[in-house]
Amino acid sequence: MKWHQKIKLLGKRRIKIGSFCLHEKSPARAPEGTMVQCFLIHTLCPIGALSAGGSRVLFSRVFGPEEAMLSGPDHDLSPEGRRLLQKERLAVVARQVQSACGLWREAAGRPAVEAVLGEESAALQEAESGVLRLAAGDPFPREGCVLWLAVQALGFTLVCQSHENLLLAEGTLRNLARLCLDNLRLLGPGSEVVLKSDRIEALLHRLLPHGQLLFLNHRFAQSLDKELTAYMAK
Amino acid sequence: MYAAGTESLIKQAREIQEEELQKFYGRISKLLHIKDYGNETVDSLQRLHLIVSATKYGRTIPSDLHKKLQALLCSPTSPEQLQVLCSCTLRESLPLSIHSLQTEDLQDSRTISYVAAVILAQAGDRNDFTALTNQLLKSLESRQPEGQISRHMLPVLSKVISFSPESLTEDHINLVNRKLVDWLRYASVQQGVSLSSGGFFTGPRARQPGPMTEVDGAVAGDFFTVLCVGQSYTEDQWMNMYAFSMIRKWLLTYDTEGTGNADAAHLKRMQYMLSLPQDDRSEVDGSVMSMVSATSSSSRLLPPKERLREKAFEYCHRLIEQSDRKAVKKADTELQKACLVEAVTVMDIICKEDPSFVYRAFPCIKALYGRLSGDLAFACALLPIAQFYLNHSETAAVDSEVVFRQLFSRFPGELFNEPLLAFKFVQFCRANMGVLHEGVALYRQSFPNLLKFLAWNSPALISDFVELLPSLLAPETAIEILHSLLDLPCLAAALDLQLRSASLQTPERTLWDQGAKVPSSLEAFRQPYYRGMFLYILRPEAGSGDTIDRLSMLHNVLGDMSESPRTVQCAQTVPVLLHVFFNTIVQFADKKLINQLVLILLERSSLLFNIHNYKTEVQRVFSSHLLVLCKLHPSLIVEQSRELLDFTGTTANIYSKEDLYTHVVWVIGEYLSVSHDARCTVEQITSFFETLEAVLFEITQVRQSASPPRYSPRVITVLMTTLAKLASRSQDLIPRVSLFLSKMRSFAHSAPVTSCYSEEDLEEILTRAHELINLLKLPSVAQFVLAPSARGDSPRWHRDTNASLPLSMKTLSSLLHKHSSLTQHF
Repeated sequence: MKWHQKIKLLGKRRIKIGSFCLHEKSPARAPEGTMVQCFLIHTLCPIGALSAGGSRVLFSRVFGPEEAMLSGPDHDLSPEGRRLLQKERLAVVARQVQSACGLWREAAGRPAVEAVLGEESAALQEAESGVLRLAAGDPFPREGCVLWLAVQALGFTLVCQSHENLLLAEGTLRNLARLCLDNLRLLGPGSEVVLKSDRIEALLHRLLPHGQLLFLNHRFAQSLDKELTAYMAK
Repeated sequence: MYAAGTESLIKQAREIQEEELQKFYGRISKLLHIKDYGNETVDSLQRLHLIVSATKYGRTIPSDLHKKLQALLCSPTSPEQLQVLCSCTLRESLPLSIHSLQTEDLQDSRTISYVAAVILAQAGDRNDFTALTNQLLKSLESRQPEGQISRHMLPVLSKVISFSPESLTEDHINLVNRKLVDWLRYASVQQGVSLSSGGFFTGPRARQPGPMTEVDGAVAGDFFTVLCVGQSYTEDQWMNMYAFSMIRKWLLTYDTEGTGNADAAHLKRMQYMLSLPQDDRSEVDGSVMSMVSATSSSSRLLPPKERLREKAFEYCHRLIEQSDRKAVKKADTELQKACLVEAVTVMDIICKEDPSFVYRAFPCIKALYGRLSGDLAFACALLPIAQFYLNHSETAAVDSEVVFRQLFSRFPGELFNEPLLAFKFVQFCRANMGVLHEGVALYRQSFPNLLKFLAWNSPALISDFVELLPSLLAPETAIEILHSLLDLPCLAAALDLQLRSASLQTPERTLWDQGAKVPSSLEAFRQPYYRGMFLYILRPEAGSGDTIDRLSMLHNVLGDMSESPRTVQCAQTVPVLLHVFFNTIVQFADKKLINQLVLILLERSSLLFNIHNYKTEVQRVFSSHLLVLCKLHPSLIVEQSRELLDFTGTTANIYSKEDLYTHVVWVIGEYLSVSHDARCTVEQITSFFETLEAVLFEITQVRQSASPPRYSPRVITVLMTTLAKLASRSQDLIPRVSLFLSKMRSFAHSAPVTSCYSEEDLEEILTRAHELINLLKLPSVAQFVLAPSARGDSPRWHRDTNASLPLSMKTLSSLLHKHSSLTQHF
């Protein structure tokens, strides 16, 4: 860089600094956000007990409160009310993913193929994925986006804040789905997804701690896998 | 697969009887009391979690059990599985645990993390984080021995600051800034000690740690990053990974001039700048393979915040270098892409905060662009680069044209079927709409390409395009965009064919006899005869060719695609976009453009891809916007009189597009008047009158044997009224229209008509005819009543029963009636 450019630039900076000095202290801004808000596993097939288009949420983990619960319009709700609101919002997300996935499958003209236990990796490779934008207020107060992965009748869904590194999020979601399929026998007839949900919690604790996406190279991932194998063995 | 068993388990969990539930609580409580952490306890806790989480409504756990769960959660000696179960059960149940959980005494980082999960889930106020934050910072402050630094801490901290950034004081921020610098830049480059099992008799032995390697297997050339691979990692290497994972969030939250003492920071920065030349290490120094450390400058003088900025920048620089290596593992290739996105984004943040970095960043970003631009696999990484150019190329006087050309002309056409890229691309456009619209001419030029994303994946992207469309519109592209929107379903079909054609192994190069029957769409796609048409539909940029005269042929050829779900989904989004189009266009359209638009409405109303309901929906949109356009520019009736005469004179239009036809007739009656355009002549009024009269005559000419009318009574009333309006403006025509109207009675009473229309409809037609006849008896009044309303604020006012013509006519009719009785009286 040439010096005169630098000086010119510094001059500009000083003006900026000067204007800042007029204010006492500008508060740290809450960033637009770069974390995952929640992770869901839900059904993509019609469920008898639900209305058409309904999706059964089999597992949900919300990372931390929503902004609006702390200071926004939902602040005054009782703990019970807050919980209810949150569950309703998750149900909305699951429904939206179900319909998006349905439309996507319809457009792609893919017949649903049933895979069975032992074919997890094939099922994962065949899985459809997509992204949806959640407009502000629908259902969360802030704008966000939904990353979904559809493994046959099961949806794996991450709700992210809008500026999330989606490549990283997609990799993480695939990894989570793979581990869930392997460790909970999701393609089998059992019900481990609701009974052994602590396994999913343990997965998230390592791969998506408190909603923080991690840059895991294959070695980091392997050593977390090892820890998980030890956990699952119990 | 989702099993019925699961559904029934959820049902049981929801419907469990209170008595049974209390017993169950008691049993768990007993098990925990005797510290039985065996299978039965685990199993019971798993069921308890299902019971509390399966319903929308919170379940309240008895306080005795509640306390035991909390104790188990907080005890560092508890097995992890039990901690997990306690954590998620407490999170989901009532009473809230947040105020009874003590974080002060917690040391074990895993325990803190699981406790934090409860606190974060139940927090209802920013103050709820205070104790947790303090505990986190305390553990960061204390110089704990290796292995005790918490990897679990950073994600919690990251989460807490997103809700209450102000809970960290200036000192805290500096502390974390310093820590982050250490973790990011000074993690060990040696591998961690890994215990290998050794031989059968020798027992475990520690393997000699070797150096870290890059993802391609070469020995690490510089400081440790997330792209360094080793058998096992030391604690500071783990921290390096966590630190990089959260650095963007941290910088976004605290790297602002507002938080620090800006003047002092500036002073330090100046000192640093002045000291640069002396401190710069030689670039050829040593044998390091990376240029990052070699060009790194001493930053010890800098305050923590500035130092972190410096180190984060260097880290990103190194990641960008490392991403050039060919990874051995596929997973690492994917990570390289994610790292590129993150690194460029972080550099962007840093440059925004301190523009002096722009000059250092550009050579690196430019080189990266050069490296990636040819490779579609890295398309996602090019978006942050484009963002960087958009934000900083002006500062650095760098030409960004080539980047945007690549972005807009290549990606959409080749990667439209990648949902992630499509989403990111559209979000990029959305986030920068204003700048792109103003500053990047190519953006607006590229709308045919951008629309490919929408055509392919319409349900997911429609809401984004509703926002984007106005930014793509300009007077010079408006017409072409309108055509493109109308042809969007064709684009969806053509993209499908493009993909299918590419996946076919052997292109069959048979030449087809053009006279033969229409080939299948896929065959046609590969025929040279149709190539021009498909090239036009799939064109990347505006302004290349126009095949409007061959559109119907295209629609024919694509006939077998008209029911494909993708085409249908796409067609459903078109009416929405058309509304956006017209609502935007009227804000800047001049008279010339409005004239053109109306011609297109007339022309395209029948020239549409034959998809179920598509024509009807589009015509409905056309109708409503035709009224707005005419209101804006009433002279267009005179200017386009020839086309309007053609359109309204074609009786077939009534059957194929009744709605639009009715609206066109209505605007003629409304706006064909000297009061709107002085050029309006008696001849013009007469020729419109005669045309419409002929049409009305034709459609009301029913013979007993004829089939019942296939149009709604509204067509007749609108035609009658319009004829009356025109006659009132050229009074020689009044006797003709009166005579005609008087014949409506025989029409209404004919058998085919009575069999088809309801009593009310017929009544309505006759009343209207009667009223119009009465009104026309007083030409000067009729001229006044049937004149276009000067203050017809709403173009839809004719539909409003309270302000509409029928009402005023009824009033007048009754007046006339009184008048005639009065004259009789006298």
